[in-house]
Amino acid sequence: MDHLEQLESISVHILREAYANFKQLCMLWSIGKDSTVLLWLARKAFIGHVPFPLVHIDTGYKIPEMIEYRDRLTQKWHLNMIYGINTEALNNKQTFPDGNAGRIECCRILKTETLEHTLSGRWPRYRYNHSEKKYQLDSNTEPFTGVIVGVRADEEGTRSKERYFSPRDRQNDWDIAEQPPEFWNQYKTDFAPGTHVRIHPLLDWTELNIWEYIEREKIPTVSLYYNQGEGKRYRSLGCRPCTNPIESDASTVKEIIEELKSGKLANIAERSGRAQDAEDGGGLETLRRDGYM
Amino acid sequence: MSTPDIKMADEQTTERMNIVIAGHVDHGKSTIIGRLLADTGSLPKGKLEHIRQTCRRNSKPFEYAFLLDALKDEQSQGITIDSARVFFSTSARDYIIIDAPGHIDFLRNMVTGASRAEAALVVIDAVEGVQENSRRHGYMLSMLGIRQIVVLVSKMDLVEYSKDTFDRIMAEYTRFLAEIGITCDFVPVSGKAGDNIAVGSERLGWYTGRTVLQALDAFEKEPQPVDKPFRMPVQDVYKFTRAGDKRRIVAGTIESGRIAAGDEVVFYPSGKTSTIKSIEGFNQPPQTSAQAGQPCAFTLDRQIYVTRGEIAARQKQTKPRVTSRIRASLFWMGAKPMIKDKTYLIKVGTAKQPVELDEVKRVINASDLSSTEAKNCIEYHDVAECILSVHRAVAFDCADEIAATGRFVIVDDYEICGGGIITEALTDTQLWMRDYVMTRNYKWQTSTISREDRAERYNQKPTLVLVTGRKDVGKKTIAKAVEARLFADGKIVYFMGIGNILYGVDADIKVAGTAENRDEHLRRLAEVANIMLDAGTILVVTAIALTQSDLDIISAAVDTDSIEVVWVGPNLTDVNYDLLVSEGWDLNDTVEEVKMMLQDKGIIFKP
Repeated sequence: MDHLEQLESISVHILREAYANFKQLCMLWSIGKDSTVLLWLARKAFIGHVPFPLVHIDTGYKIPEMIEYRDRLTQKWHLNMIYGINTEALNNKQTFPDGNAGRIECCRILKTETLEHTLSGRWPRYRYNHSEKKYQLDSNTEPFTGVIVGVRADEEGTRSKERYFSPRDRQNDWDIAEQPPEFWNQYKTDFAPGTHVRIHPLLDWTELNIWEYIEREKIPTVSLYYNQGEGKRYRSLGCRPCTNPIESDASTVKEIIEELKSGKLANIAERSGRAQDAEDGGGLETLRRDGYM
Repeated sequence: MSTPDIKMADEQTTERMNIVIAGHVDHGKSTIIGRLLADTGSLPKGKLEHIRQTCRRNSKPFEYAFLLDALKDEQSQGITIDSARVFFSTSARDYIIIDAPGHIDFLRNMVTGASRAEAALVVIDAVEGVQENSRRHGYMLSMLGIRQIVVLVSKMDLVEYSKDTFDRIMAEYTRFLAEIGITCDFVPVSGKAGDNIAVGSERLGWYTGRTVLQALDAFEKEPQPVDKPFRMPVQDVYKFTRAGDKRRIVAGTIESGRIAAGDEVVFYPSGKTSTIKSIEGFNQPPQTSAQAGQPCAFTLDRQIYVTRGEIAARQKQTKPRVTSRIRASLFWMGAKPMIKDKTYLIKVGTAKQPVELDEVKRVINASDLSSTEAKNCIEYHDVAECILSVHRAVAFDCADEIAATGRFVIVDDYEICGGGIITEALTDTQLWMRDYVMTRNYKWQTSTISREDRAERYNQKPTLVLVTGRKDVGKKTIAKAVEARLFADGKIVYFMGIGNILYGVDADIKVAGTAENRDEHLRRLAEVANIMLDAGTILVVTAIALTQSDLDIISAAVDTDSIEVVWVGPNLTDVNYDLLVSEGWDLNDTVEEVKMMLQDKGIIFKP
């Protein structure tokens, strides 16, 4: 088995464990490369199917290509697609682009809070109706107790502390000092009422591994990752006002892999184009503790 | 000593290895990792400078350890609190260094780290020498199955690079490791000064062995156990009919051995057999075989009812063990001690069952290997040899035969509180039952209508509802009322009075008024129940004062996990009930409670 097969094996095992143990299970799909690889791995684990809903948190400021891509794959792969959005904050203009919140505060309002309330079912969920080809208010408001997330340990400091199965308490908080042990391939699949578990099948993958896998499997990815002739591409995707492309000529997956292997990006953090990180002291600790993905 | 060929972290290598780094608190692990990263050019640009600046601002001397202290918490406490993962590469392969913390309270992080590792570095401070945790960690690594260990004697700069100090520590720790059957190399290092981390050192001229990087590259990849008997704990059986997929797919990760289409497989503990029809996959070339390490999905040519928790093995290979009594080495890390007469959950392979601590044979002090015999419970950080009693038999291997299927964890109050390895399969009281049940399952004639088909048609899960309690508490009244209520709701339900068995199926044995034939009576009851359940019914049966051992016999014969025990009235036995109906019950309320329970468990559905 080569390194990609080993990574795939662990991820598939984790996904199957999650599906077997959590009745109210969902997967967060940010439309980015990592969670799209995660979605692909789910199709591997369940032999072409994705037997749980995908949840996208729409901040209202996502780059438009991301939403188009999301809905295209939703139709093509028959995904059970749900999104949540903080309509109230957007209407009241409580956002960074409107000048009424700092970047971190804006992330908290549009992403973290929206995520928390969408997962708990307290805020409206919009589900894609495949026959009518549009999103409709979802009648199911059951809280999700298992949430699959595509974080990787090499992204930044905090994420390297994560477990494959990581409990969150009633307040959605992550207690970093009091994490349960993971013996061999036995994970935390029992949880108290009101709490939920975040599941991280991609923890051991690196940025390079993700691209190598995209290449091997020919996974469709959003065009923003590739240079469209202007010498720029996005390395990490987020909201339009807080995400900047990097200088790069890479216009294919192969070229991105070469770029990563060349060491050209070795000295630049993957999320350097994400302005909220810099404001949080270089890590995402404040955001993550509150439940940021 | 030559400079090793260092590669940038982003270059491609195809092999990767997880290494756990363990050792007592403050023995210098983080400094060594920080230095490894810096010396292999694995840090993002500016990271080193950023930390130097932070240190200057806070008037703190710079330390390589700060590189790892990504969390603000850690910096304020000055100890690493979790197993952080650090990526870097050498010309040989990619590494993930899992930094296991040294603080005594944080051992569960080391377990987590070591569970993902193939080899280990243990750091011992040259000044402080071998400490309690140095030994404890060594013992834990061995129990977790790590065979390749290198010991780094750190802070050599503080002992003037003394060969005597190094030799003394090496001799002491080697003696300890020998007792647990591990041999390993020792490397004298200084993380602070950079001696022997990536490059050798003149100051350690008396040392001619490997640097840390060379020692890492000398670790060997552990091969997958493809030549051992086939074992695949069943993770799930998928049928995505709603998506128009008719395949019934058995899924799991192969722990050992190999399998190919056409092979005859046996599932344990049930003993059911079938033949592999196809190996299934998504976006991959068609395959006809799979082997250890791979996630696997296959279809069977004869439909049998198998569930998560069973182990798939191959006919004519060594069978896994099946029993409800096991001898194990258990490491406990729960805040509350593991005690007798309390029900925990055991997770072995993909099986999860209630379990009790039967007997503590001896408790080993992992730090000096002394043992205490007279102990009634297993306390925080104890390693114990003990006997566990599982409510229902599970399939496994002894850890020295097939490591992966010989491991288990114990869950207490939602948390994994202990982990261990199975050292022996003990005979249990249901052995006589299991033997014939496995033969029965082997010979069982399956119809073309599957259990799922019936469940879908009847809109219910076949379930045995056992209404038990002392004499004259109204068991029959409740059972019949439950039957009537479910029947009125359109369920396929049947009440079976115990007299119907006693004077019919049991006519040839004397049961009433004697304990002699009780087991045989229960077996027959369970066999009749099994047929009724196979037909898809919800079966309501009354029984007088069932004990846990009675229930174990019934469970062993009945081919379903779905057994619900309703205890009525006072004077409980040791049986684990699902619903307790107290004295002075109201019939309508009681029936409603039973119905709610069946709904909550997904046996029948809410309207």
